[in-house]
Amino acid sequence: MEMRAGFRKSLRGIEDSILMMGGMVADSLDRSMEALKNRDLVLAQKVIDNDAGINNKRFEIENKCIEVIATQQPLASDLRVIIAALNIIVELERIGDYGVGNARIAIMIGDEPPLKPLIDLPRMTEKTIDMLKRSLKAYINLDAGAAKQIGQEDIDIDNLYDQIYRELVLFMVSDPRTITRATRLMWVAHNLERGADRVTNICERIVFLVTGKMEESEDSKY
Amino acid sequence: MELKSKMETKDLNFYYGNYQCLINFNLVIKEHQITALMGPSGCGKSTFLRVLNRMNDLIPNARVEGKVLLDGQDIYAPGVDAAEIRKRVGMVFQAPNPFPKSIFENVAFGPRMLGVNNKFALSEIVEKSLQGAALWNEVKDILSKSGLALSGGQQQRLCIARAIAVEPEVILMDEPASAIDPTSTLRIEALMQDLKEKYTIAIVTHNLQEAARVSNWTAFVYLGEVVEYGKTADIFQHPKDKRTEDFITGRFG
Repeated sequence: MEMRAGFRKSLRGIEDSILMMGGMVADSLDRSMEALKNRDLVLAQKVIDNDAGINNKRFEIENKCIEVIATQQPLASDLRVIIAALNIIVELERIGDYGVGNARIAIMIGDEPPLKPLIDLPRMTEKTIDMLKRSLKAYINLDAGAAKQIGQEDIDIDNLYDQIYRELVLFMVSDPRTITRATRLMWVAHNLERGADRVTNICERIVFLVTGKMEESEDSKY
Repeated sequence: MELKSKMETKDLNFYYGNYQCLINFNLVIKEHQITALMGPSGCGKSTFLRVLNRMNDLIPNARVEGKVLLDGQDIYAPGVDAAEIRKRVGMVFQAPNPFPKSIFENVAFGPRMLGVNNKFALSEIVEKSLQGAALWNEVKDILSKSGLALSGGQQQRLCIARAIAVEPEVILMDEPASAIDPTSTLRIEALMQDLKEKYTIAIVTHNLQEAARVSNWTAFVYLGEVVEYGKTADIFQHPKDKRTEDFITGRFG
């Protein structure tokens, strides 16, 4: 006879759903970059179409959280789990939107000649996805230390963004015909940079969940 | 999965003398579910519960109109044995009320009244009932001790064991945890989730949070009428009737 078995099951269900949503979002970032690299417009469209699934997941989790609050009166750490979940799903949904943004840019670019082989943008994507996946692991394991560490890695993303930005400006300055393509790629970098910022927000929420305190991590450069 | 109706009232009107306490009360108690009745004091919840097992028969001037069905049969039809109904529809009361007897005798009392005299059979029933009430491990070595010597939470579980010893089909609980500490309350709520696998449960409570935590279905009763009935999650998140909303949010009560 487990005490509050139904409630515990609901909390685990919310956790599992967040992991699932995180996986969907990581896929969105990964596949949109794949589409950009390989000029795969069909893949890009799939990313856009799949975003509805991410949004639905968000509302499904939100509804579950509201039901738990209404019927189970969570307190203390249980309450923080629910509040953290409500915030994390918003961040995840926005990161998913950045993946869609990049997929749309892939479609806009179409089969225009590439400025150069994409190297730093895929690196930025991989790093963002890695931070995202580790942050969700920290969420499950209630690991505030890992969450803080991941938050600090945002500087690596900012540095990559710097690099990409400078390189693209150079392209534009040396050849105005590259301006359209370069600004689109800059926007991709911007989306990834914002995605990593959102992961940092998730990490702040994990620290809150564990310690009960909201501590803002260091300001991003951008 | 379609949920069956275990008990149902149809156009139930109940009177204490000239005072009408329940008005056109139509409610379904679904099988193997926990149904909570909530509402302000004096709205008729406990009266309704006592209608379900004919406890109000014992009150002079009490009058029932309409039908109260148990498995489709009207329990107030002429010729129906009230004692038989009370065996099938048991009650656990607000304040734990074990008999001033041993723990064993508390649980064995009902079966004895029903004619079980064999010592071995009674021991089996007592053990099974105390296990069913999640009390066996705590009292198995002190069965001869007085039931009154147990803590409040244990006494209430003893009363639950006593109720299930006669193998009812429905268990009615009138504010079962209002007189008990919070930890024991949660234990009893966990027990209710187990009990509903075997029985059907209807509970009256003043404690909204308890109704929200423990029940599958909730009815809001006001001035003798069912104002709203539905899935507990729906009632507590988006009630349809403004009176329900006002009650749940504490705007009146």
